[in-house]
Amino acid sequence: MGRTLAEKVWDDHVVRRATGEPDLLYIDLHLVHEVTSPQAFDGLRHAHHRPVRRTDLTLATEDHNVPTIDILQPIADPVSKAQVDALRHNCEEFGVPVYSLGSVDQGIVHVVGPQLGLTQPGMTVVCGDSHTSTHGAFGALAFGIGTSEVEHVLATQTLPLKPFKTMAVTVDGALPEGVTAKDVILAVIAKIGTGGGQGYVLEYRGSAIEGLSMEGRMTLCNMSIEAGARAGMIAPDDTTFAYLKGRTHAPTGADWDAAVEYWHTLPTDPDATFDAEVVIDASTLTPFVTWGTNPGQGLPLSASVPTPDDARDEVDRVAIERAIEYMGLTPGMPLRDITVDTVFVGSCTNGRIEDLRAVAEILEGRTVADSVRMLVVPGSVRVKQQAEEEGLDKVFLNAGAEWREAGCSMCLAMNPDKLAPGERSASTSNRNFEGRQGPGGRTHLVSPAVAAATAVTGHLSAPADLSPVATA
Amino acid sequence: MEKFIVHTGTAVPLRRSNVDTDQIIPAEYLKRITRHGFEDGLFSAWRKDPAFVLNQPHYEGATVLVAGPDFGTGSSREHAVWALQDYGFAVVLSSRFADIFRGNSGKGGLLTAQVDQEVIEALWAAIEADPSLDVTVDLERREVRAGDLVAEFDVDDYVRWRLMEGLDDIGITLQHADDIAVFEASRPSWKPTTTPVI
Repeated sequence: MGRTLAEKVWDDHVVRRATGEPDLLYIDLHLVHEVTSPQAFDGLRHAHHRPVRRTDLTLATEDHNVPTIDILQPIADPVSKAQVDALRHNCEEFGVPVYSLGSVDQGIVHVVGPQLGLTQPGMTVVCGDSHTSTHGAFGALAFGIGTSEVEHVLATQTLPLKPFKTMAVTVDGALPEGVTAKDVILAVIAKIGTGGGQGYVLEYRGSAIEGLSMEGRMTLCNMSIEAGARAGMIAPDDTTFAYLKGRTHAPTGADWDAAVEYWHTLPTDPDATFDAEVVIDASTLTPFVTWGTNPGQGLPLSASVPTPDDARDEVDRVAIERAIEYMGLTPGMPLRDITVDTVFVGSCTNGRIEDLRAVAEILEGRTVADSVRMLVVPGSVRVKQQAEEEGLDKVFLNAGAEWREAGCSMCLAMNPDKLAPGERSASTSNRNFEGRQGPGGRTHLVSPAVAAATAVTGHLSAPADLSPVATA
Repeated sequence: MEKFIVHTGTAVPLRRSNVDTDQIIPAEYLKRITRHGFEDGLFSAWRKDPAFVLNQPHYEGATVLVAGPDFGTGSSREHAVWALQDYGFAVVLSSRFADIFRGNSGKGGLLTAQVDQEVIEALWAAIEADPSLDVTVDLERREVRAGDLVAEFDVDDYVRWRLMEGLDDIGITLQHADDIAVFEASRPSWKPTTTPVI
């Protein structure tokens, strides 16, 4: 009987299996950042200084806490500084490689791993961060873990886990003009719900998925967690191999050939069955945004804020009322009428070079509205360098946007980039929870293209809404 | 970790669904490098409102949290579990928990007991009628009992065993260190390493 991609990767990593117990799975790559690791390293210290079992399968970077300006100055917030210092100290003491501020390989952890070619098909990848699902774009089984599990992986390079169920999410057809990977995943989450993927690994399939670039696939897999899923995966194919070839940690020569041969065995077998299936017709998709306070409260940009009467049941009705109140919206108002004061482009969801190119294409020859503050934050130093080589930074600055250093920035209010109470943003990040970008802050999740168009008009817009740029 | 067999305490009715971990513990508190002292961060944004349920004096000292569906969604921050425990909660009851939160709770010994929404509604009504009502959560019998109400809850068999024995995962895994070494010897050499740093 055939197996799915997720089952194949799982089976290849079982160290030990016993009835009535979780499987013990080997972890090929453990990514670490400053927020979820301090207590884990302390745990090792307290256990008579247990060593990190595989420093050569562990890599750390600094991303959540770091400022995105003046990065070579000491971090101003003493609590943030203490946490980043703790990471540096822990990595030195335990022998874990770390890319700190100032390193050319520093950046958001889920941008850094793939760009180095460290994330490869068929691997198990974990990190103390729920958006680890990003790496599933390569056909890796990649998922977020808590600090206790971080300690467990540091100590043993394994995790005890019960197998996930499998859900096929098939998107067939060609994506219409203006519909990006971000719009697809927001539509998937609205359809499945924030709890709908719970207990599942999602496998994204179908011609629309195959047509995505690796960066598009990463955007898609990144937000699998928002549908409640533990992980999201896409089968490796020629697009995957082309992306990896020649990257710093990708195999070469005979090793490359051996790796590719193995990678070809991974896609789901034709006779495999999934525990659940969802099918979406790509041609029905349009630019999608969130209006509410969880990623499932999303709608096409062409729609209007729901009214409480639209609710499925009482629990949903209370949720809708609460979200409308927190977000300061009027039931029934067109989403295009929502004005914003802040636009944030960046994050592990949409902070890569293709996202920046999409924004630059729209901002070229246009200006950010006076009423809007726009931050463009590259996902890593290397992305920043590439953007500057391509002249994208000039486009952002000429339009009136701010061009920053690499980090998680305004995604989550842990560093100086935050919304003030009552401020409203269009963000290319992944969560719109109450207070996510700052206490009292209001977040609308959008694609980079919608973010750029919104920056120009000052209210939620798609590129198609803009007047053509006047040519001399 | 202390063994968890049966817990009895008063309860708090949290009439909210989709309680994400940004609400349970905002990002600001994640900058800390300690493992304890997170009680001030628990639901800190909601607690600014004097009407919020945790601010009501008749629920003070409660150790059982009874919440709406989809509890613990969003970020993997284990600090959410620590905040609940530091504040004093030993058990959370809900009709559905987010996966990562449920896993994290199991590591720290916070019991996540899953019951049908009707049971949650009945508990909410009973607690609101009498905040001093004792709620007993019996891990051995997988039962929650409050006044006349008796209901079964779902909990993973292995987590239940581990909590009842008070065992931690790392100790259990290291009993199989030989199996790990055997597996490592069989890994293909072309798999990537992070060192040497290039």
